[in-house]
Amino acid sequence: MGSTNSTLSKIPNVEELMQETGFTPAHIVRLYDRFEALDKEKTGHLRPQDFGAINRLAMNPIGDRIIGAFFSPGQETVDFHSFVRILAHFRPADKKRPKDPSMPEPVNSRTSKLKFAFQLYDQDKDGKISRAELLQVLRSMLEMQVTEEQLESIADRTIQEADLDKDDAISFEEFRKSLEKVNIDHKMSIRFLR
Amino acid sequence: MSVRVALHSPTGSRSFLERGLLLLVMLIFLEGTVLTLGAASSPDISAQDNTGGGHDRRDDHRGIAGSHEHTNYTYTKKAFPVLSLDYHHIQVPFEISLWVLLASLMKLGFHLIPRLSSIVPESCLLIVVGLLVGGLIKLAGEEVPPVLDSNLFFLCLLPPIILDAGYFLPIRPFMENIGTILMFAVVGTLWNAFFVGGLLYAVCQIEGTYLSQVELLPCLLFGSIISAVDPVAVLAVFEEIHINELLHILVFGESLLNDAVTVVLYHLFEEYSGAGEVTPTDVILGVICFLIVSLGGIAVGAIYGILAAFTSRFTSHTRVIEPLFVFVYSYMAYLSAEMFHLSGIMALIACGAVMRPYVEANISHKSHTTVKYFLKMWSSVSETLIFIFLGVATVAGPHAWNWTFVSVTVILCLVSRVIGVVGLTFIINKFRIVKLTTKDQFIVAYGGLRGAIAFSLGYLLDKDLFPMRTMFLTAIITEIFFTVFVQGMTIKPLVDLLAVKKKQEAKRSINEEIHTQFLDHLLTGIEDICGHYGHHHWKDKLNRFNKKYIKKCLIAGERYKEPQLIAFYHKMEFKQAIELVESGGGVKLPSAMPSQVSMQNIQPKKLPPAVAERALPQFTKGREEEIRKILRSNLQKTRQRLRSYNRHTLVADPFEDGWNDFLLKKQRMIELEKKMTEMSNYLTVPAAPPDSPTMCRARLASDPNAFYNIKASSDGVPTIQVDLASPQSPDSVNMLNEFSKRGATDQGLGQREGATRDEDQGLMMKLSSAGKEEKEEGGNKNPGLMRCLSDPGPSNEDEEDEPFLP
Repeated sequence: MGSTNSTLSKIPNVEELMQETGFTPAHIVRLYDRFEALDKEKTGHLRPQDFGAINRLAMNPIGDRIIGAFFSPGQETVDFHSFVRILAHFRPADKKRPKDPSMPEPVNSRTSKLKFAFQLYDQDKDGKISRAELLQVLRSMLEMQVTEEQLESIADRTIQEADLDKDDAISFEEFRKSLEKVNIDHKMSIRFLR
Repeated sequence: MSVRVALHSPTGSRSFLERGLLLLVMLIFLEGTVLTLGAASSPDISAQDNTGGGHDRRDDHRGIAGSHEHTNYTYTKKAFPVLSLDYHHIQVPFEISLWVLLASLMKLGFHLIPRLSSIVPESCLLIVVGLLVGGLIKLAGEEVPPVLDSNLFFLCLLPPIILDAGYFLPIRPFMENIGTILMFAVVGTLWNAFFVGGLLYAVCQIEGTYLSQVELLPCLLFGSIISAVDPVAVLAVFEEIHINELLHILVFGESLLNDAVTVVLYHLFEEYSGAGEVTPTDVILGVICFLIVSLGGIAVGAIYGILAAFTSRFTSHTRVIEPLFVFVYSYMAYLSAEMFHLSGIMALIACGAVMRPYVEANISHKSHTTVKYFLKMWSSVSETLIFIFLGVATVAGPHAWNWTFVSVTVILCLVSRVIGVVGLTFIINKFRIVKLTTKDQFIVAYGGLRGAIAFSLGYLLDKDLFPMRTMFLTAIITEIFFTVFVQGMTIKPLVDLLAVKKKQEAKRSINEEIHTQFLDHLLTGIEDICGHYGHHHWKDKLNRFNKKYIKKCLIAGERYKEPQLIAFYHKMEFKQAIELVESGGGVKLPSAMPSQVSMQNIQPKKLPPAVAERALPQFTKGREEEIRKILRSNLQKTRQRLRSYNRHTLVADPFEDGWNDFLLKKQRMIELEKKMTEMSNYLTVPAAPPDSPTMCRARLASDPNAFYNIKASSDGVPTIQVDLASPQSPDSVNMLNEFSKRGATDQGLGQREGATRDEDQGLMMKLSSAGKEEKEEGGNKNPGLMRCLSDPGPSNEDEEDEPFLP
């Protein structure tokens, strides 16, 4: 496929990228096309405003968090590699992968997906979801339709349920445990990125 | 009339076993007797036939010209009949009631016999009972009534079961797997029908089977009748094996959706059996017909569902008839669909599924319970009756046994099911994220049970067009027996053997709820970034549309604005509190309310006016009256039962409103208790915990000056802190008294309760020490209360926790 190859050749280090994320060339091309469509000014990087231009994302209650997740701390722009790396989290997990403890956890395994979601909650990156952070998420999800008291009681109950070591915050392990019944692979995968 | 009754005394001489068996046998005997009596005395028996029995009487009433004149004009005086027997007058309702009674008593009886119900699924036992009853009637020499009449089945027995299934259908797993389900339902059934029909025809053509008069089209018709997986049988068997949600919804969904296919194939082949051949045009017409039947059925159901939802918006003043709307609209949806030969089952499912989220937001809690219980009751009775009637119909015959035909049918059905499932899964797995494993495939294939729908469809066949109808019926019955008995009985041990994942018993936690919503938003966002119109995108769009337009129309008052997370949270609290109360302990309602001065001034952001009018206007005293009422009604259910019988007084529902804050307070108490047991000897009067706005919503006033009394102690030293910032009103004191009299029990609640009881005593210290003795007494009364408070009801399924379109 000529166009695929030509597009692929435009991207530096594409082999390494595919290796790391497990995407096929077709996926990379598709994502690259999307990247270019978003990058209106053709700078080769995306800025928060480019993401903000996606209308539907603006309506999303956690839209700004998602956008924030693409940008590493301190960075103002996202290049294609980082873009693809983040999206690789949402690839459906490979069932057939042999459990090799020496290899690093692939980016689309259940744990990595959960870690990504956890980081969206944990904005200050201290490894725990504190009550305040949970309240923030609830507030944005419930879109001002409820009172502060209701939010607080829900937050209290949530922490009470999940918090096993009683530190009034949810650590990653507790987070993972509370979601053990949910099929994360199913919930956090986008089909076309197979 | 000789009746052969097999009575053998079981070797264990366990009284229950004996009693159970005796009961069963007596019931069967009774049933047989009455029916034969009825049969003997009336010329025409038919469970639903009106022209039997009451013929004479009815003619008199209708005054049909030309009918028999029974009033004699010649008046002969005879002795005034003091006591007379007139069976014909009540025959039909009596027989119907007797059947229903038999069915219900059977259900009771099975559970009295201890180990039986764990080995043999209920459906098998019921068929056996039906066989026995039929056998009794036959032995009596009377004609067995054709009880599984198709009209009766399709119009009366089937709808409750389907409505129950549709109303409580877990929408999310259903929608998530809808592609798979449709594949199995449509393609799988088609494959089965043609495979079985075609091969049967081929077998019939073989010399030596004496079956060569069976043509292709009747064979295909037979194939289509027998290939449909039956929802009743699947429900009956799968209910008992508690298999995981995915498999359950796959098999069950398939059994529901294949109705459309069956209807179309059945009508197609039936029509053209007369003509003898099917042209390609007919095939195309058939496909179009299928689309119309299925989509039309769904549309009809959805329309009625929306009507029901809309009606329920206005029922706030006539709460008593709310459940009626649910039932009647659904039944009418079914009948309307059947009128147009659309798929009634799909209409019913669509109606139930569409109306449910809106109706539940509108109707009162009691109506909700009523709907749930009635549906479960009717569907349970229907199911029981269906299986019994199957047994009776088997005995009734007529049968035409043909070894080849029957055995080939059974084998082919099994083979085609397996091949169909394996083949389809292979294709489906390419599109699924979570693949179906071999174990799953096995269960799906093995769980394809046939049931009474196949029989009724066969029964409907015209005798003239289909001379081999009796042979078909025999084969259908054999197949049904085979699947229900053999597959039904062995599926449970197989599930255990293969270690198939079972249903998760635990309810959804609020963590799961929050995080899954969060993940939904996340995935929608990511899909938007990728520019992909995936399935989250559409779900999100549907949700927005729903929230913006539909909910406004269909949900009463301001409740439509209540986000689903909040509704879920309330439900959880509610449930947990009810559980706490039912376990009989930890119920301490401090007479004093937390300081509410600040709370009162904070208006909830939108105080829903409709909800405000649901709450009673209150004064402090009225508030306590309400609490007392709650306590009374909850804790003294035995005595309360006969009190409010008047239909009209059921309307006002303060119970509901006071409930919320009562329960939330309790939860607070428990949390505080937990915290307290960790603190040691630490006397505080903690700040009043923030009040949940549900409480604000439910009540408009509270006792502003009272304080929250808590004692902090970890080692049972009754250090009492009674903080009397305000004189407690005598009412509240009284209530507490009553409370501790009946509420406290320490059955299995552990040390925490010990601590709290001390607290009660502490609070009561100013009252009288008489409280202590009364408490002891209260403890003894409790087993009785526990029994009446504990009402397991139909199995607690987590369909209730399912938010609509999460």
